[in-house]
Amino acid sequence: MRIEDPALLTVGGTYVADLRAPELDGAAYVTYVRSTIAHAEITSVDLTEARSAPGVLGVFAAADLDLDRLPSASPILPDAMRRPMLATGRVRFVGEPVVAIVSERPEQGVDAADLVWIDYEPLPAVVDPTEAARDEVLVHPDAGTNVAMDIAGRTGDELFEGCELVVRAEMVNQRLAAVPLEVRSAASAWVDGRIWQWSSTQHAHGVRDSLAEVYGMDPAAVRVIAPDVGGGFGAKIGSTPEEVLLPWLARQVGRPVRWTETRSENMVGMGHGRGQHQTVEIGGRRDGRVEAYRLTVLQDGGAYPSMGSVLPFLTRMMAPGTYDIARVDVAARSVATNTTSTVAYRGAGRPEATAAIERAMDLFAAEAGLDPAEVRRRNVIPADAFPHTTAMGVTYDIGDYEQALDLVLDAAGYEDLRAEQARRRAADEQVQLGIGVSLYVEVTAGPRAGSEHARVVVESDGSATVYTGSSSHGQGHHTAFTSLVSERLGIAPERITIVHGDTDQVERGAGTMGSRSLQLGGSAIHEAAGEVIERALPIAARLLDTDVHEIRFDPTTGRFSGPDGSAAAGVGWVEVAGTSQFDGAPLAAAVDFTAESPTYPFGAHVAVVDVDTETGRVVLRRHIAVDDAGRILNPLLAEGQRHGGIAQGAAQALLEEVCFDEDGNPVTSNLADYAVISAAELPSFELVDMETPTPINPLGAKGIGESGTIGSTPAVQSAVVDALAHLGVRHVDMPATPERVWRAIRAAQT
Amino acid sequence: MQISITVNGRERTSEVEPRTLLVHHIRDELGLTGTNVGCDTTSCGACTVLLDGESVKSCTLLAVQADGESITTIEGLADGEKLHPVQAAFREHHGLQCGFCTPGMVMAAVSLLAEQPDPTEHDVREGLEGNLCRCTGYHNIVRAVLAAAEGSQA
Repeated sequence: MRIEDPALLTVGGTYVADLRAPELDGAAYVTYVRSTIAHAEITSVDLTEARSAPGVLGVFAAADLDLDRLPSASPILPDAMRRPMLATGRVRFVGEPVVAIVSERPEQGVDAADLVWIDYEPLPAVVDPTEAARDEVLVHPDAGTNVAMDIAGRTGDELFEGCELVVRAEMVNQRLAAVPLEVRSAASAWVDGRIWQWSSTQHAHGVRDSLAEVYGMDPAAVRVIAPDVGGGFGAKIGSTPEEVLLPWLARQVGRPVRWTETRSENMVGMGHGRGQHQTVEIGGRRDGRVEAYRLTVLQDGGAYPSMGSVLPFLTRMMAPGTYDIARVDVAARSVATNTTSTVAYRGAGRPEATAAIERAMDLFAAEAGLDPAEVRRRNVIPADAFPHTTAMGVTYDIGDYEQALDLVLDAAGYEDLRAEQARRRAADEQVQLGIGVSLYVEVTAGPRAGSEHARVVVESDGSATVYTGSSSHGQGHHTAFTSLVSERLGIAPERITIVHGDTDQVERGAGTMGSRSLQLGGSAIHEAAGEVIERALPIAARLLDTDVHEIRFDPTTGRFSGPDGSAAAGVGWVEVAGTSQFDGAPLAAAVDFTAESPTYPFGAHVAVVDVDTETGRVVLRRHIAVDDAGRILNPLLAEGQRHGGIAQGAAQALLEEVCFDEDGNPVTSNLADYAVISAAELPSFELVDMETPTPINPLGAKGIGESGTIGSTPAVQSAVVDALAHLGVRHVDMPATPERVWRAIRAAQT
Repeated sequence: MQISITVNGRERTSEVEPRTLLVHHIRDELGLTGTNVGCDTTSCGACTVLLDGESVKSCTLLAVQADGESITTIEGLADGEKLHPVQAAFREHHGLQCGFCTPGMVMAAVSLLAEQPDPTEHDVREGLEGNLCRCTGYHNIVRAVLAAAEGSQA
């Protein structure tokens, strides 16, 4: 059971909007007035009426600001596309903040927003990335192009020379909303000349650094605190203008400020995920052996290209997936459009790679007239080939993909499912059965070797405090790290405190993203605890009046004993830590753990769907998953991550899509219009265990946070297509809504 | 307007603006921040509380509509230190991760079990359709609710 849960279950967590910190006493509320048009020149902004509205303390537009633009998410993105804090000169997407209002009460800000008059001169909006790539309408005229990032392919038609079969297809990995249940929220106060910022973020130190850069301050002069965070899923990694502007607003009105967006603001204001148009070409032999693969990606970057525009690098890295393909090439380009910017979302670039190669494998299997599971088996990297360097130059640490496939097919009862499918097809039943198989490998704690900071202190009362740069937003860090330290130091869990998400208390931190927390944060804590033991040994030797080499530490009891071996005659943490403190230094160790490389979790999923061929309705009946994340330290938490990931992945395949009309107006801007998956659309999941420990870190652990999402999307999508294969359907884009499925059936029949 | 609501067994009288939503009254005026706001379209259920024993989305009622009624929020569910069986089952079966949907989800489950003491998995899934969770994939929430039902049957 989790340590976090009693509070969350009885009084609820303390999220930013719940904070009652004394520094926030008398805080005013911030309301943003957002653009209602996707692309326009701002011809005038009249704030007079709003400024005199009841309770209003200040109203500000871009002309009032003396702040630089938001720091870029990546140095490779064009400087001309960097984002201003408030729309400057023109608006570039619906939802872009134009005016900030500070008021005594939140509702007064909402009322005053109605009194802000902004005149727009509309410009043509470019919404579709393919159109944006033509550079006919420029989102950032100063950049001279809409292209924010370009990775050229290296080959031409020769890639497929000698292939007996070549299949080509275009597909869309659609734009999604992350929808953490807690929207974005932050509060800001000036305390003794320093910024104190409370933020619903995955990465407190990242917010600190952004604020320090924008305000020209030493990072040490900024304190960022992430209290309980109600989900993030990648969309709460980076800092956004709405949050970064808060200290400036607080200074203007001479009071602390609070800001919590509405869900409707969140759906257009927080970065979206995915958004790739993909072209796959796959070639090989008639016997099912794949010899060449090309992926061409057009990434929708949105109005101010951000993290999402560099994710194609991860897509490129993982393009060949679990397969041993001799020739692979990837070309990718990211373009600005008049839509919400794209950022990371659970999987971040890797689900896109997996969806593409898995669909390509299905198409190749269909063309070769072979079973899709069998084609995968013929092409996987063999278990004895690790570490394995792919055609992309990426070295996978360890894996056994064929075993994962065997396990999942066996658990699913694959042969029986195929027999049931054959029966329904022969009977021409209205509801057909579809079986989707996916294999995946992903990169966690990457793309380069990551590191994380930890400091472990044993206090003189024998309790321990752990400071970690990793930061929980639901994953259960307290539970995981407490048990790790308890088992290593022999200190009872209730005597261990985990401190995270406070930049004044934790010196450095890379936050929680990319499935990195246990393997990097956990390894750092593991090593810091080990160093604490090393430092304790000579003190114990001194107390026991013996040689340090004679001292034995027993992690089950947390006691040090001398040559007589009796723990009772030994000393415990109280004596050792107390002595250390008495000597003038706390018993502590700080470690920055750096992995030698990322790790590569893998797995295999099978989805089983019913598809009503008359209505197009799809029902996910079963989902079976093998997810190998190396050594599992806490099965409860690992399973929870898999469940959540599978649901989000299935949601992409079946339901969810962020849509804009041709003028760039969002049509899924609230939770009534955006189809977040509910309990009623999902089955319980069937999980199969597999553990292949990685040699990359001392825990043997790989990441588990995103695997479920990466494996499930292509399995579910494939199952929908598979149900209709006998009708001639080869592909259905996501989400497989009834309308889209129905149209695919009709198109195949004509 | 002056309203009087029995909140977690205690009568609370306050002055409210007619336009104040019940959820804002609960959070801002009564200081019970366990109840969360997750959307603005009555879609997510994070704000679910019990109104005279039955679950309602407190963003969908005006505070004045609760005048004279009795409400229970997550803070009022446990019996002192003893968790309500639904709370205990959520803990036992890892039915929560970030915790933001949890208070509403637990209150919805309590109401569901009051109406259907012996639900099937299908009943639970349909019954909780109006409460969104982004972390758990609902798998363990459903297990927890079924376990709570079984526990109270025993």
